[in-house]
Amino acid sequence: MIVVYVICGALISVAALCSLMRIALGPTTLNRAIALDMFIALAIAGLGLYSAINRTAAALPILVVLALIGFAGSVSIARFVGQDDKEDV
Amino acid sequence: MTAREILDILSAACLLSGCALAFAAAVGILRFPDLLTRVHAAAKPQTLGLMLILTGIGLRMESIGATTMLFVIAAVQLVTAPIAAHMVSRTAVEFNPIREDLLISDQLHDREAPPPP
Repeated sequence: MIVVYVICGALISVAALCSLMRIALGPTTLNRAIALDMFIALAIAGLGLYSAINRTAAALPILVVLALIGFAGSVSIARFVGQDDKEDV
Repeated sequence: MTAREILDILSAACLLSGCALAFAAAVGILRFPDLLTRVHAAAKPQTLGLMLILTGIGLRMESIGATTMLFVIAAVQLVTAPIAAHMVSRTAVEFNPIREDLLISDQLHDREAPPPP
């Protein structure tokens, strides 16, 4: 069973690296906004994996807060910054 | 094979498939050519992978309070992910340059996409 958890952790880590690369590369701000939303969802997944491995429910309130913050962040960027969005030069 | 072991195996299967979907979403957000396609990758497989991971967690937990909180997390994520994707896409179509050559039809402006060059 430990092999499954190691594989899951590696997959989530590589996925987080990919979305970090999109945050770095993304030519416009909206690209970075959705990549950030996805990064926070991957953080939820990673913390959930930790709480599944250790059978603890102590980390679950963090996931609720992260979900709400991720949504608020990307919606705020889309509403207020997306209109003045220019490509990186 | 006790019930706990069976649930552990089911939870491992759910966790593995959820992480595989999250990885697929990450590959998509890195490799897709345009913002609108990347919004697809960030919204759909990512959310389904997260739902599967939350299912895997719920099968490992042995308390009702933890399962209720997992329902809350799943409900919040399912409601907010389409809203965020929709707002980002609408802002992108109205105010930013998007690649018209990748479109097939443009139902928002009620026209067919311009023909490819």
